[in-house]
Amino acid sequence: MLAIVVLAVPFAAGIASAVVPWRREIGWLCTATIGIVLVCGIGLAARVVHGPPITAFGGALRVDALSAFMVIVIGAIGVLATWQSVRYLSLEIAAGRSSRRHASLYSALVQGFVTAMLLAVLAGNVGVMWVAVEATTIITTFLVGYRQTRGSLEASWKYIAICSVGIAMAFLGTVLVYLAALHVGHHLHASLDWTSLMAVSHHLDPGVMRLAFALLVLGYGTKVGLAPMHSWLPDAHSQAPAPVSALMSGVLLTVAFYALLRFKAIADGALGVAFPRALLVAAGLLSLVVAASLLLTQRDYKRMLAYHSVEHMGLLALGAAAGTPLAIAAVLLHILGHGLAKGVLFLTSGEILHTEGTTEIAQVKALLARRPALGGIFGFGLVALLGLPPFSLFVSELNMVRAETQVGLGWAAAISLACMAVIFGAVMSHGRHMLFGSGPDGERVHKTPAIVTVPLIGGLVGCAALGVVAWPLDSLLRAAAQVVAL
Amino acid sequence: MSGSAYASSLEIASGVVLVCAVVTLWRRSLSAIVKALAVQGVALGVVALILGVGKHDGVLIAVACLVIAAKGVVIPALLGRVVAGDPASREAAPIVNVPASLVGAGALTFLAYGATGSVVALIPTTAGRLIPLGFATMLIGYFAMAVRRKAVSQIVGLLLVDNGIALVAFLATAGVPLLVELGASLDVLLAVVVLRVLAAQMWSKFGVLDLDEMRELHD
Repeated sequence: MLAIVVLAVPFAAGIASAVVPWRREIGWLCTATIGIVLVCGIGLAARVVHGPPITAFGGALRVDALSAFMVIVIGAIGVLATWQSVRYLSLEIAAGRSSRRHASLYSALVQGFVTAMLLAVLAGNVGVMWVAVEATTIITTFLVGYRQTRGSLEASWKYIAICSVGIAMAFLGTVLVYLAALHVGHHLHASLDWTSLMAVSHHLDPGVMRLAFALLVLGYGTKVGLAPMHSWLPDAHSQAPAPVSALMSGVLLTVAFYALLRFKAIADGALGVAFPRALLVAAGLLSLVVAASLLLTQRDYKRMLAYHSVEHMGLLALGAAAGTPLAIAAVLLHILGHGLAKGVLFLTSGEILHTEGTTEIAQVKALLARRPALGGIFGFGLVALLGLPPFSLFVSELNMVRAETQVGLGWAAAISLACMAVIFGAVMSHGRHMLFGSGPDGERVHKTPAIVTVPLIGGLVGCAALGVVAWPLDSLLRAAAQVVAL
Repeated sequence: MSGSAYASSLEIASGVVLVCAVVTLWRRSLSAIVKALAVQGVALGVVALILGVGKHDGVLIAVACLVIAAKGVVIPALLGRVVAGDPASREAAPIVNVPASLVGAGALTFLAYGATGSVVALIPTTAGRLIPLGFATMLIGYFAMAVRRKAVSQIVGLLLVDNGIALVAFLATAGVPLLVELGASLDVLLAVVVLRVLAAQMWSKFGVLDLDEMRELHD
């Protein structure tokens, strides 16, 4: 029942905002519906953490601990992004860059986007999940191109072309998994349900599964933003409106990663750990190296944040490659921590773009002196994202490295630490340039409205709280990790 | 249908799918490329039809009719309108010239046979033997997207990829479950519509349909 509410409520709000011209109240209504999703996600988690999975519509929807955890992630970052969308749209309308009609389209698309992501994590069937992930691509293309500038049009073209190709590969991978399932014994009732695939995973034909898993890593990996399929990511994330960037970077990437985690569990059964691990380690390390080298010379702060996502997806891939319960629990905590920190940073970057009128790092100076609240949030966000305590990314990165060392991937962990050190230096120097220094004489200190700062500070406090006390999530993380861990 | 007629008609229809993919690399006129795509869509539908008739599977026959309507008629018509709006509707300077592209297509076909050995081994039927053709079509689609710079050529590349995958899906499993099949086709159709809308916006706002002229974003 709760699972149906989770899908129906944001979808209904999307329909409502599509038919009425946009007003602030509609915006707040949308935020409230995502809040309901978050609460329902917590409710679902409480029920499945010690109990059996919940199913609806004859197994078409299936909630286990992993799905419930992803609903919480989507809900938490969704609340931040839709909250900030209200301000974004008001400002766009006030500046005459957008009409109320156009704004209602934005609102409806964002609701549809969130609903599609929720469907992807709640689907009990790999085929339905694929359809939902592809639907997110189509919906977000319009959001990336929302501003209708030359740059945003180019970014949306690149985005949909590359991601459609990627997701097509994932479809082929799905078809091959189905083919392998059809040829297990003399089952004629093979299906694409997670449960039945997991049940037969040890009997799937290894040759076919090897090809299938490689295609799935390439395909969903494109959507995750793993190198070398990441080239759409910096363009799309830098051109999209800030709340959309926050949703894409904070959750969409990890929803695709969720698909990989599920398929990896099946592939582990069919192929043993070595092959899936080798693929994920290769993709993870390449992503880290690419992110480190491109962050060094970055001149645009939104692109800097985008490449930072490539780094974190690489870390997740390494963690998943290790695959032990400890590693997967750390990966999941990292998904939530990265989502919150990256969401806050993209939303802050939208506010910086609004007040400073540029996305060039070189043009933004002395934020802390001139706009203390905004600068402070940006600074703490960077600290969180770079994995410093007390934020949860510190805990999750530490545990991922520990888990990798335990399974003999110490060398990969060492390379990842070296890349993280390079990235740390690069981002610190960019951040120092933007934050410190003294503003021009006589310029008064600007206040940032509380409506902007409250959700951002809330997100950062949440991220820090998760790093200090894992208590409310601990059992959920364990249960969720158990679903896909080795 | 007798066994050999079934086998040879399946071979011919699957072969046409691959030949059409090669034709899109060979021809430079965009309208000819769109025509090849329409023929490919029909051939793909015919493959599904033959399999459906062979297995007495009513659902598969219905899917086959949908495929012919969507990929043989609707999508080519959508693309045809973009091509008609663009006066210089030729792939002026592909990054790789035509003879080299054709050699590339040959190499990709070999690669497809190499990569699918394990899949073919699993299905010892006529349909199973033809699976590499679908893979080859898909790979040629990727190749076309990489070396062609016109907006329409890129959409064609994406559709080649999709048709290749659909051919593999039909031959390997006689179609994935209907719900997934419909969802997948609808998504691809929507993606093509979106790309078409973007192409129209590029044309009306900036007067370009060539992606080489869209180079604002870089590091």
